[in-house]
Amino acid sequence: MRRRDLILAALVLLAAWQMLAWLLHVEVLPGPGTVIQAFVRAVPNGLARHFLMSAWRVVASIVLAMLLAVPAGLVLGQSRAMDRFFAPIIYIIYPIPKIVFLPIILLLLGIGDRSKIFIIFVVLFFQILVVVRDQASALRPELIYSVRSLGAGRRALFRFVYLPATVPAALTALRVSVGTAIAVLFFAESFATTSGLGYYIINDSWGRLAYPEMYAGVLAMSLLGLLLYFLIDRLERRLAPWMFVT
Amino acid sequence: MASDPAAVQPMIEAAGLTFVYGEGAPVFRDFSWQVQTGEAWAVIGSSGCGKSTLLYLIAGLRQPSEGRLVVEGQPVTRPRASVGLVLQDYGLLPWATVWENVALPMRMGQFYRHKGGNPESPRPYPRPDISSEQVEHWLKRLGIADLRDKYPSQISGGQRQRTAIARSLLQQPNLLLLDEPFSSLDALTREDLQQLTVELRAETGLTTVVVTHIIEEAVFLGQHILVLGRPPNVAAHVIRNPEACDTEYRSRPTYWERCAELREALNASS
Repeated sequence: MRRRDLILAALVLLAAWQMLAWLLHVEVLPGPGTVIQAFVRAVPNGLARHFLMSAWRVVASIVLAMLLAVPAGLVLGQSRAMDRFFAPIIYIIYPIPKIVFLPIILLLLGIGDRSKIFIIFVVLFFQILVVVRDQASALRPELIYSVRSLGAGRRALFRFVYLPATVPAALTALRVSVGTAIAVLFFAESFATTSGLGYYIINDSWGRLAYPEMYAGVLAMSLLGLLLYFLIDRLERRLAPWMFVT
Repeated sequence: MASDPAAVQPMIEAAGLTFVYGEGAPVFRDFSWQVQTGEAWAVIGSSGCGKSTLLYLIAGLRQPSEGRLVVEGQPVTRPRASVGLVLQDYGLLPWATVWENVALPMRMGQFYRHKGGNPESPRPYPRPDISSEQVEHWLKRLGIADLRDKYPSQISGGQRQRTAIARSLLQQPNLLLLDEPFSSLDALTREDLQQLTVELRAETGLTTVVVTHIIEEAVFLGQHILVLGRPPNVAAHVIRNPEACDTEYRSRPTYWERCAELREALNASS
């Protein structure tokens, strides 16, 4: 996508927002101008801190999920016996909305960073695990045969076939689920904590009826999502250039 | 030379070979067959006759149920780098460019460089001393040097097979196995690559075994043609075809006679 198109799209969205604000003319929907002013005011007054807090939590979860889900998925994708044992378990756990375990996780891990990182990690882990496993087990036997016939043992197969075949798939899974991750983060931060964008939006602004500040928080959270999305997109193009050739 | 055991030892030797898939009927039963070093073989038969199975057994991708299969003087318990394998399709890494695909044996050789072992054949791991000049040489020899930065999805079927052959030759095998290598290509590209196979054989002195279901291909590439029939295959039915692997062969009447003979043998065996 071209940068010019993206800027244009952003302007269209801002214009639509402004129109809606003018039409409704209510206090709970300030226009973009007001919100951006509030945003600029809020950044040095805590918003930056909350933003970094949230970013740290979600990035830590992503790294943790990648580090654990990719190897686990590779093992399951390669070993039929392991997969036969774990597939039904994953089948049952996969569709459960992990967020419902938040109260339990809060009880077990406390209200600090750990519980937030853990809940996002759980959400991402299964998404990435399933994609990596399916990708690894879907590799054509012909490909494995030819690489083995070049003298590849298990370690070389891992290094030259399974890893390059699955890491981009994991990134795609991540790109798709980063929105969910931030939604979970928002929910987890909206109670029993004193930091993060979720806290800023719900407790610090919404609770005080400070609507422009609340929107500044929403804007910050959207930017966090966009930023991560861009980052993963970049990484994908970097690590999987063959998926983008024509 | 007479004292060198490698000079007299066959490249491939099957003795009393039996192979069964799972609980099914045997594909080979008490099957014996020999390939000498430097020979050009074709294996032909209708689908399901076990010709690819035989190739996979030689490559070490399947293990005999009973009997003995010896390649380069040793039983094949796993695939080895001294035996090359070219498949019909899907053998290239889709995420690697032509150059990266061809250079794979070089990179794997460096990956396994601590696995010294015996530099003589048979070699389980790729050689650690393959250079990028050799990669360059085979890219040029196979006519794919200009495609080096393309991905397999961006090139034609014939170019993909050239890449696969270049990769196999880079590993410096003593034996090259080809499983229906040109079957999915159009007629002209196929003849072109058959021609190339003959030239490369002459240049490298490789022993070759080509599995095919195409009569003309078997006659052009096999100085010895192993005809497989409905399983189980018990005796090796071999047709001698000494004029094969000559680039002029196709224009001679003996070529067509041999094709007719082979067609008859195939009809009789199925």
